Amino acid sequence: MGMLNKRRRAWPGATLVALLLMTTAASAQDLLVRGATVATASARGNVENADVLVQGGIIRAVGRGLSAPAGVPVVEAKGRMLTPALFGGITEIGIEEVSGESSTVDSALKIGEQPLRPEFDVTLAYNPASVLIPVARLDGIGFTALGAATGGGFVAGQGGVVRFDGSADPIGPRALFLRLGAAASELTGQSRAAQWMLLQQMVDEARGQVAADSPHALLTPAGRRTLARYLSGQGRIVVEVDRAADIRQLLRWAAREKVKIAIAGGAEAWQLAPGLATARVPVFVDALGNLPTTFDQIGATLENAARLQRAGVPVAFAQRDDASHNARKMRQLAGNAVANGLPWADGLAGLTRVPAEVLGVADQIGSIEPGKRADLVLWEGDPLDVAHYAEQVWLGGRAMPMRSRQTELRDRYLQRNAQP
Amino acid sequence: MTSTLLRAGLGLALVSLSTAPAVGASRFVADPYPSTYQAHPDGPLLIQNATVLTGTGQRLDNADVLLRDGRIVAVGDALQVDASVTRINADGKWVTPGLIDVHSHLGVYPSPGVSAHSDGNEMTAPVTANVWAEHSVWPQDPGFQAALAGGVTSMQVLPGSANLVGGRGVTLKNVPATTYQAMKFPGAPWGLKMACGENPKRVYGGGKGVAPATRMGNVAGYRAAFIDAADYIAKNTPKPAKRKGWFGSDKGDSAGDAGGKRDLKLDTLAGAIQGDIRVHIHCYRADEMATMLDLSKEFGFKVAAFHHGVEAYKLADRLAAEGVCGALWADWWGFKMEAFDGIAENIALVDRPKNSCAIVHSDSPEGIQRLNQEAAKVMAAARRAHMPEIAPERAITWMTANAAKALGIEAQTGTLEAGKMADVVIWNGNPFSSYALAEQVFVDGRRVYDRSTPPATPRSDFQLGQELR
Repeated sequence: MGMLNKRRRAWPGATLVALLLMTTAASAQDLLVRGATVATASARGNVENADVLVQGGIIRAVGRGLSAPAGVPVVEAKGRMLTPALFGGITEIGIEEVSGESSTVDSALKIGEQPLRPEFDVTLAYNPASVLIPVARLDGIGFTALGAATGGGFVAGQGGVVRFDGSADPIGPRALFLRLGAAASELTGQSRAAQWMLLQQMVDEARGQVAADSPHALLTPAGRRTLARYLSGQGRIVVEVDRAADIRQLLRWAAREKVKIAIAGGAEAWQLAPGLATARVPVFVDALGNLPTTFDQIGATLENAARLQRAGVPVAFAQRDDASHNARKMRQLAGNAVANGLPWADGLAGLTRVPAEVLGVADQIGSIEPGKRADLVLWEGDPLDVAHYAEQVWLGGRAMPMRSRQTELRDRYLQRNAQP
Repeated sequence: MTSTLLRAGLGLALVSLSTAPAVGASRFVADPYPSTYQAHPDGPLLIQNATVLTGTGQRLDNADVLLRDGRIVAVGDALQVDASVTRINADGKWVTPGLIDVHSHLGVYPSPGVSAHSDGNEMTAPVTANVWAEHSVWPQDPGFQAALAGGVTSMQVLPGSANLVGGRGVTLKNVPATTYQAMKFPGAPWGLKMACGENPKRVYGGGKGVAPATRMGNVAGYRAAFIDAADYIAKNTPKPAKRKGWFGSDKGDSAGDAGGKRDLKLDTLAGAIQGDIRVHIHCYRADEMATMLDLSKEFGFKVAAFHHGVEAYKLADRLAAEGVCGALWADWWGFKMEAFDGIAENIALVDRPKNSCAIVHSDSPEGIQRLNQEAAKVMAAARRAHMPEIAPERAITWMTANAAKALGIEAQTGTLEAGKMADVVIWNGNPFSSYALAEQVFVDGRRVYDRSTPPATPRSDFQLGQELR
C-alpha cells in the first residue's frame, strides 16, 4: 500500500487545517516540532529539548537545533512530551459500533457447519468512519490491532493493524487469533484438552497429512491454506490464554510447530516468564487484571507486566471486556503497570514499539525515528498518567482534528440549558 | 422501633436498635438480619504533615489528623498530643476520607465468576422488591480486599439491573469478615435498586416474552408496583391513636400495622415511599431520568441518585435543583445504545451547578479499585475542555462526601471532621494519578490495609493456599 495519500480527506474537521497548510510551499504532511521531550520509544529513550522534523508524512530527523525548511510549519512544544501515537489494544474499533446491537458488530463468526474458519478476516469489515475512531484518537491512540473475536470456534479468525488516519486498509501482515482455556471450552466439547486435539488435527490438515476429502475435515480448503501460512512462520498467532498450565502447553506446541505466537491476557504468564523470555514470546498484558475472575486467573497480579519485563519478556498491553469503546483506558493500564514496578520506558514501549514489533509493523510505526511514519502525539503532561491529556495528534504528519462526536456533545451542553 | 419482630428476638433487636438510628421508622424497615459489625480501633494515632483533603471541600497543606477510639478527633495544624499517641510522619503523602462506592456488585457477582455465585439478579420477575442483595453477598469475594487496597472503606452492594425493581441494596464496611452482617454498616439505610431502559425490556420482553417489552412497558411496571405499595401503606396506616405500650400496641401491631399479612415486596416499596429506603435508579438517558423524576413525584418518593447516567450532563441543572445525585463513570460509553452519548466530561458537568451531587461510582470490581483515577480522568477532560480547573479538594467529594450523602451515611462518614468514623486513607502522593497508591487504610480507626506489610492485601479464604504449587 502506498505510504501517502494526499487526496484522502476523511475528516470534515480537518479541512481548515489542511487548507491552511496547503497554502504554503510545504505539504500538509510537513512539520517541525521544536523543543519537545521526545519519548522516542526506541533505544535512544527520551531526548530532552529535541526537535522532530517531518516531511511528506515521514520522520526525517530527530535531534537538537533542527531548522525548519522553508514553509514547514513549526510547533513549539515548550518542553512538553512528544510520543509515538499509541496502540489502542486488541480491539474491534471499526468493526463494532454499539456492542449490544448485533447489526453493528462484525467481529465474530458464528457458522454452524465448519465453525473453525482461520480464513475469516475481520479487516474486510473495517469501517474507517466509525465514531469510535475519533474518540480513541483524541486520547492519543493512532493504531489498533483489529482482533477477530471468538464466535463459533476457538480459532476466531484473522485481524490486522489499522491506523486511525481515515485510511481504509490494514497495514502489515495479518494475525490469527485464537482462544484457549475455560473461555473456549464450550466450543471444544467442554474440555480444554480438546483444544489441543482439534488444533493438532487442523495442523495436520494444513500440512497436508489429512486427505482433502476426508469426511472428518475441520477446515475448508481456504482454511488449510490460511493456517499453512501461519505454520510456515508468516504472521503471528495471537492466543488469548491465562492459566499457566495452558501457557506451558502452548509454549511446547509453538516450539514443536515452529510458529510465531503472542499471548493476550496472560494473567498467569508471569509464572512462566523465563520460558516466555527464552522463546521470545511477547505478552499483551491486561495490566488492571488482578482478580481471579475465572479459575484460569487464580494467579492474577498487578505485577504481571513488571515481572515479565524483568525476565526479559516483551510486554505490550491489551484490555478485555469492552476494549473498543474503552481503548482510551490503555494508557491507564500502562500507568498502573508502572505504579506496580514496570519501568516507565517499558510502559511507553508497551503502548508503542512493542505492539508494533509483535504485529509486524515496527518498520512503519511505534517509535520516533527517521524513516518512520510521523504518527505523533504532543501531551499536556505524562502520557501514562490519566491526569493528563493529548493536546495534538498527528498521523502521517497530518494534524488530526482534536474533535469527536463526544466533544460535539460536550460543547453543546457546555452551553447550559442548550435544550429544554 | 416497636414491633412483634422485636418481641420475638428481643435481645438481638435491642442491640441493633442502639446502633441503627436510621432503622425504626416502621415495620417496613425492621431488620431481622441486623448488623453485627464491631469497630476495633487501634490506639490513638496522629497522622502528621500530610496534604489533607477533608471531603468538605477543603485542602489543608502540612496538616495533621488525629484518630482516637475509632473516630476523627481533630484535623489541623501542628496538633498537640501526649507522648503515648502513635505518630505517622506523612510528609509528602496525601490523606483523604475512606472512599465510598455507591454502586458495587462485590459479593453478589464475586470473583471467580462461577455460575454457583451468580447471585446478583433475581431474573424471575420484573419487580422483585422482596429480595435483598445482602442475602446474596459472599463475604469471601477477593474483590473486597482488592477494593480495600484502592482505599474503599464503604460500599453499597446492589442487585443487578435486569429488573424494573431489583431489590434492596446494602451498605457495607469493607472489612474482612465471615458474615455479611459483620460488614453491614451500622445504621445505614437500605437502597432500593430500580432500572430504566434496555435491560429490563431485553430480559423480559426480549428474553422471556413477558412484560415489559418496551420502555412504556417499563414505566407501566413501575407504576403498577407503586400503586400496590401506596395501597399497602394505606391499609397499614395507624388507626387514630390508641395508647401504646413500650413494645407496641395492645393489639400487637407495629408502626400502625393494621394486621394484614406482610408482603416483603410491598414492605420495600413502602419503605421507599416513606423515605426510609434510598431509591437508586440505574438510568442512562436524560429523557428517561426525567420520566423517573415524574414517577417519583407521582408516588411521593425521593430519588437518591441516578446511577450510570451517561447522559446526566444533559440534565445537570435539574438534577442539582432537585437534589438528586448522579453516580457516574468517568469514561464508559457505547457498549449499548443507551450508552452511546457518553462523554468524558459527564461528571464535571454534573458537578458544575450549585447544590450539585456528582459521584464517581464503579459497578465494576476493577473500577472500584481506582475510583481516584476515574476522578483524575474527569479532571483532565475538564481541563482539556477549558472548563474551570477542578481542584483535588473538590474532586475528592465525588467519592466521599457526596457518596455518603447518597447512601444516607453522611452523618457517620465521608469527611474528615471531628466525630466522624475514622475511615481514612494515606496515599503515596496526590491520589488523582495513575501512579497513586493507597499506602494505609483505616476503618473506624483500625488499620485494615498496609502496603508495606506483606502480603499487602488481606487474602480471602478463597485465595488461601492457591499460590502453593
